[in-house]
This record gives sequence, C-alpha cells and structure tokens, in this order.
Amino acid sequence: MPVNQNNEEFRPVIVAFCCNWCSYAGADLAGSSRLSYPADVKIIRVPCSCRVNPMFILRAFEKGADGVILCGCHPGDCHYSTGNYYARRRMTLLFSMLDFIGVENGRTRVEWVSAAEGVKFSETMNSFVAKIRSLGKNVRLGDLRCKN
Amino acid sequence: MQELITRAKALLESGEVQRVLGWKQGEHIYDPEPAFFDSAEALKDFVYNGFCGANLSKYMIEAAKLEGKTLVFLKPCDSYSFVQLMKEHRVDREKAHIIGVGCKGKLSVNKIDADGILDIQGAGYPDCADTLTVDTLYGQTTVSYKDAMLERCHVCKGKEHMVCDEQIGESADTADSDRFAQVAAIEAMSPEEKFAFFQSELSKCIRCNACRNVCPACSCRKCVFDSTKFDSTQKANTTSFEEKMFHIIRAFHVAGRCTDCGECSRVCPQGIPLHLFNRKFIKDINSLYGEYQAGVDAQAKAPLTSFTQEDAEPSIVAEGGLTHA
Ligand code: FES
Repeated sequence: MPVNQNNEEFRPVIVAFCCNWCSYAGADLAGSSRLSYPADVKIIRVPCSCRVNPMFILRAFEKGADGVILCGCHPGDCHYSTGNYYARRRMTLLFSMLDFIGVENGRTRVEWVSAAEGVKFSETMNSFVAKIRSLGKNVRLGDLRCKN
Repeated sequence: MQELITRAKALLESGEVQRVLGWKQGEHIYDPEPAFFDSAEALKDFVYNGFCGANLSKYMIEAAKLEGKTLVFLKPCDSYSFVQLMKEHRVDREKAHIIGVGCKGKLSVNKIDADGILDIQGAGYPDCADTLTVDTLYGQTTVSYKDAMLERCHVCKGKEHMVCDEQIGESADTADSDRFAQVAAIEAMSPEEKFAFFQSELSKCIRCNACRNVCPACSCRKCVFDSTKFDSTQKANTTSFEEKMFHIIRAFHVAGRCTDCGECSRVCPQGIPLHLFNRKFIKDINSLYGEYQAGVDAQAKAPLTSFTQEDAEPSIVAEGGLTHA
C-alpha cells in the first residue's frame, strides 16, 4: 500500500523523566493493570525528580523531543523528603523562561504521580501526548537561529 | 581620583596591603581595564573615571589565594557581587581591604554615536560634566552624560555599599527607569513576537564566552560549558540549538545568585541584552518566592536552595499566571 506522506499521523517524541520511587512504579502499575498509554512516551528513570537538571530538559528538546514531562512523588512524599520541592521551584523558573523566549509552554509539564496511581499515570500520559499532538512538531526549540 | 591613589599609596607603604586591585588606563580613554598594582610607582597608571564599569569583585577570588591583603576598589553595585561571593565562600573577607568608591553612573562607549574617537572630555571622576565632549577624527561632537550611561545605571539599585572598610568619593543618583520594564514589555508580547525577538538577538551570539567569563556569579572552577560531555564545548556552533541552550543555562546557573550587576550585557561584543535573561529570573523569583536581592545579606537563604510547602506548581506558567504578575 502506498504511503501518503501528508496523511501520515504525526507521532511526537515525548520524554518522560520518572522518579524511581513513585512514577516509575506508577508506570509499572499502569502496565500490569493493562492500562494503555501511547508508545510515543519514552521513559527515563531518575532517582528523584530533583535529579533532573534543567539541562536534561533542554537536552531532550535538542535531541528532537516534542514534549518533556517530569513525574515525581507528590509534594511531601519524596523518598528523600524534600527533593521534589526544589525540583518544583527549578522547573517553574525554567518553564517560565521557555515561555519568555517564545516556546509554547504546553511542551513541558510537571506531574506528581505516586506508585499507587497507575490510572493517573496513564491518564496523564494520554492527555500530554494529545496536547503535544495538537501543538505539532517542535520547531522552535530546535532552532532559534536565523538560518535564512 | 587623586584621592584614591594617595590612599592606595599610603596603605601600600604602611605594608597593610600587599597589592592594589583597581583599573588602569587602556589603549583609549574609554577602555580602562582591571589591573593589580604591587608598588606605589605602578600606581601611576591607575585610573578611575566614568568608563571604569568593570566589576572587580571576581578578581578577588584569585587575590584570596595570594599572600597578604589586597586593597580593592568597589563601586556600590560591585559590592553586592562581593557579598554574594562571600556567601559562597569564594573570597576571603579577611584578606580584602575594601574601599567603597563613589559612582556617578558609568559610561559605555557603544552609546556614543561617533566614529574615530580620539578623546572624551567630561568623563572624569569626581568631576564629571553633564555633557561629554567627544573629539573624533572627523571633528567634535557632544553627548549628554546620561545618554552615554550603561543600561544598568539607569536602573541602579542605589549608591549604598553592601560591604566596605572605608568610603571615598561621593555618588550621584542615576536611577531613572523601572528595572523590570523591559522584561514586562517582552512578557506582554505574543509567543511569535517573543520568539522573533530572541531569535534576532541570539543569532548575533558568537559564543565568545565573555558573558560567562566576566560574571561574578559564574565562579565555578570547572564550568559545564568547558566539559567535553556538554554538547557545545566548541565555540563554533554545530547545531542551531546551542545558543539557546547556552544562554538559558548560563542564566539558570546564576538564578537566585545574580545580583543584576549588568556586566554580561556590558561586555557582550555583539550588544545582546543578556541581562534580560537574568532579570526575568529575578522578576519571577520576586513574584513567586518573595522579594530577594542577591548580595545584600551573606546569611540570607537563597531562593533556589530553599522552598516552602505552598510554592506554586510549574503549571502556573502554562496558565499564564506569571506573565503579568
Ligand atoms: S524520590 Fe520521588 S521525587 Fe524525590
């Protein structure tokens, strides 16, 4: 069957940084409960949401991600007590900076998902992927220079 | 200026300080540069005038490793950087004799619209003129002192020294605009306009790293931008993404520590308004986590190394809650 380029569905590349102690287990639970979420989501396991340096997010975009989501333990539930509080401040500032330079702010998200929330995990991923699909391909973060 | 030299000589001769950190005459009147002087004779090259914008605090990191005390001249805004460096244990207060010098606003030659500048009169200190007289290869022109001032002086934080052992010279108030006006104006643009604005500004970047090198808050011994693991070690760009990455990360690394001294924008050979990145972070920090001015109090808790349970969620950005805050 000939493939029609224009009709092909846009498959975004989504990077999800998931904290080992909660969201990663939440993803597991989603899997074992047979809840589905789009295969466009690539999970990267991190020891804590606080491990995520703003550069990780930018780097993911640089390498072609269309959306980046960070999932961690609920505030107050961090395995290391307070890591996610610091992550929260950092990400707020980073997202605000991305918004400031004119990159659609819907491409980044932080969501708190516990190990027991398989349903929330699958719902979050579904809604995030839908959001990125509607935004389309990420061109702005990939290219800020005037090339023409 | 003579007063500063006399005092520096006296301190050198009494043996109280081993060397003096100040500014020395550059090739032109408008480009004095930071310099160490280790004898009274060497001080003949010392200058302090309207073009001495360079912030000397960062050089005190090196001075702290030397034998004996160093006399350093700090302008009011430089003293914020020094306090910040003290807070980070990068400078040694015991090994510094700080003379707080007065400031009547610092000038930028880039703001003087003239070619072939030979000499500029009226930029002296403490006696500066309201109007500078500029001698050029093509004749004489004039420009008001105010118009030739660096952007940062128009939004001056005040002429009070945050740290000093003694004070010499008086200051004049130069603040006449709102520090966050530019940032707010950009925030009010549409995403397309914002993007176009930063695209045109950052496209000028030649990755000379001057902004990083001059920044008193950028004082890591090993910098991520020099790491071979970072995607843009090389100065020439290999991908179109590098400028953006570089500038966001540069500003992020000093978020909550940047005193807004404006050195980054002053040294940029391409005239990129780099302070906008830093100021955006400062504005957000102020509105989200409470007013904070880095470099005022060496004991204060920095905004990015503290938190409250009630902090805003990052989704506040997508909801537009920060744009007009
Ligand atoms: S351990 Fe999960 S966010 Fe810190």
